[in-house]
Amino acid sequence: MEPLLLYPDPPPPELAQALDFAGYPWKAVSDEASVERLEPDDGWAGAVVCADVDPEAAFSLCRSVRKRDLPLAPLLLLVSGAQLPDLELRDELFDDFCLSPFHPRELEARLKHLFWRTGQGTRPELVEYSGLVLNLETYQAAIDGQPLDLTYMEYELLKFLASHPGKVFTRETLLSRVWGYEYYGGARTVDVHIRRLRAKLGEEHAGLIQTVRSVGYRFGQSRWGL
Amino acid sequence: MAPMERHQDYVLRTVEERGVRLIRLWFTDVLGQLKSVAISPAELENAFEEGMHFDGSAIDGFSRVQESDVLARPDPNTFELLPWNRGDDVSARMFCDILSHDGTPFEGDPRQVLKRNLDKAHERGFQFMVAPEMEFFYFSSGDASKPLEPLDTGGYFDLTTTDAASDLRKRTIAMLEAMGIPVEYSFHEDAPSQHEIDLRYSDALSMADNVMTFRLVVREIALEQGAYATFMPKPLEGVQGSGMHTHMSLFEGDTNAFHEPGDPYGLSKVAYGFIAGVLRHAPELTAVTNQLVNSYKRLIAGYEAPTYVTWARNNRSALVRIPVTKAGKQSSTRIEFRSPDPACNPYLAFSVLLAAGLKGIEEGYELPPEAAANVFELTPEERAAEQIGSLPQSLSDALDAMERSELVAETLGEHIFEWFLRNKRAEWLAYKSQVTPFELSRYLPNL
Repeated sequence: MEPLLLYPDPPPPELAQALDFAGYPWKAVSDEASVERLEPDDGWAGAVVCADVDPEAAFSLCRSVRKRDLPLAPLLLLVSGAQLPDLELRDELFDDFCLSPFHPRELEARLKHLFWRTGQGTRPELVEYSGLVLNLETYQAAIDGQPLDLTYMEYELLKFLASHPGKVFTRETLLSRVWGYEYYGGARTVDVHIRRLRAKLGEEHAGLIQTVRSVGYRFGQSRWGL
Repeated sequence: MAPMERHQDYVLRTVEERGVRLIRLWFTDVLGQLKSVAISPAELENAFEEGMHFDGSAIDGFSRVQESDVLARPDPNTFELLPWNRGDDVSARMFCDILSHDGTPFEGDPRQVLKRNLDKAHERGFQFMVAPEMEFFYFSSGDASKPLEPLDTGGYFDLTTTDAASDLRKRTIAMLEAMGIPVEYSFHEDAPSQHEIDLRYSDALSMADNVMTFRLVVREIALEQGAYATFMPKPLEGVQGSGMHTHMSLFEGDTNAFHEPGDPYGLSKVAYGFIAGVLRHAPELTAVTNQLVNSYKRLIAGYEAPTYVTWARNNRSALVRIPVTKAGKQSSTRIEFRSPDPACNPYLAFSVLLAAGLKGIEEGYELPPEAAANVFELTPEERAAEQIGSLPQSLSDALDAMERSELVAETLGEHIFEWFLRNKRAEWLAYKSQVTPFELSRYLPNL
């Protein structure tokens, strides 16, 4: 699945995390110019736009992506309760909206429904990398056809890493994206879980997760072998 | 979905997908024994939402005067498929928090005691990291009426039997790793048939859960192969006993709060305060880290176990040792507390060690000078001059010290503190009333 457009950049952390958990890839944009610049080859899969911080800029961005030859859809708008009157006469700018602060479950359900209605690809079913397969529907993981017995956080960490092969993540990033900011354990939690994952992957596959000295961790190689 | 719901959802789906038949809900009594209630997948959702009712009156340290019903609520983050008995009978485990009827944490639950103390550390910005070295013996059987037969000797060919024991250890490590408990080192210890497996550091709550799992896995694998594994602190006279040397550090976010580059020992003020805290309170907390009559037969001179309250860098008779950290490995800066034994309740032991360390940091305790020589070689007068104190000599001494300790009472909570003292006094009394073979052989011929 191509990534969703996310506005603004950086997006609110709870939004980024909710999309990660729901298995939607995304890219954040800061303005109309970067919508074009960052657009994936096959186009944006859809968009989630937060209008609760800077409504003017957000609505202007919506207008520009809806005016293209092929209007960007589906588009989910996040607004605060006080902004509900602003939606009037702007119906063409969005396909659905969600009240902010949002409930992650509601956001996920609305996106799922939007994708169902527009008949576009829903969220990816599988994450694959060499012998590793993660089924996002059933939460199951296997390597070389052998099921891996993972705890939930091990599964989420592996899913996150395997969805971004070749990319180096700092401990802080992993902690905020996989565990969420309020998490208790601190950045060392990441190290502990990486070791647990390596132990479960077994000697043969432990090398899939590499330690990048004084930076963080990287899973496998990027698809372009960079 | 909220994080907790996702955790639960993950567990429910995995149970369904993997055909799990039984879910074992694990919890720990005050003495550190693992308890288990098995439920079927159909009951799981309810267990998450409401908890499972059970009668706590039969559990050591759980009973109360008014009501004995408690609730066990599984922690979905600890869900693991059990790697043994695979085949038709797929089962999984989760550790539980024990709640009172009104949903508040039950004060007799050791896991909640540790959680409460970790919360306190967290409020001060610290994460408590722990790595224990687990020592144990393999014997040919656990029958106490017969003389103990170590697996390494006892009539077999040495080569074969040495292999048998290391094969046991290898199988154990494979099983631990499959359960997400990474192993740092493992080796044959000094005594015959004694082995050591060192666990990789983790946050203290996961580590206490790991220690409980570890003891079960070691014993299960041994039984499977017709042998017997024991964590009894001193099963054999005249050789080393089994310890649980505990490596500890505090982290503030990504940095090791024990590390200070300019210091001659590489230690920070926080580290010195922590060491001073565990040293000053060591006699009071020893009943918790060494809770058996038998524990004190290990804490004697000559077997690499500590008996005096000292600290040092490279002196293995010291109570607190500062392991040398390699250059560039600052994050592994830590202290090693050497008195605990593997028969302790890890939740309570980690709790009292953390509380003592934090107290030292907070009150700015001054650290006594490093023990230079081998403390065992000093005369009592020299020790007195250097103000070197002793660890309790017996369970009875340790209980006396604990009873006077405000720190331990506060750390464990009134319920566990009182129950523990009562239970252990009874154990001491039962021991004291025995007439031992030692007394008969020593006194009878001449008196």
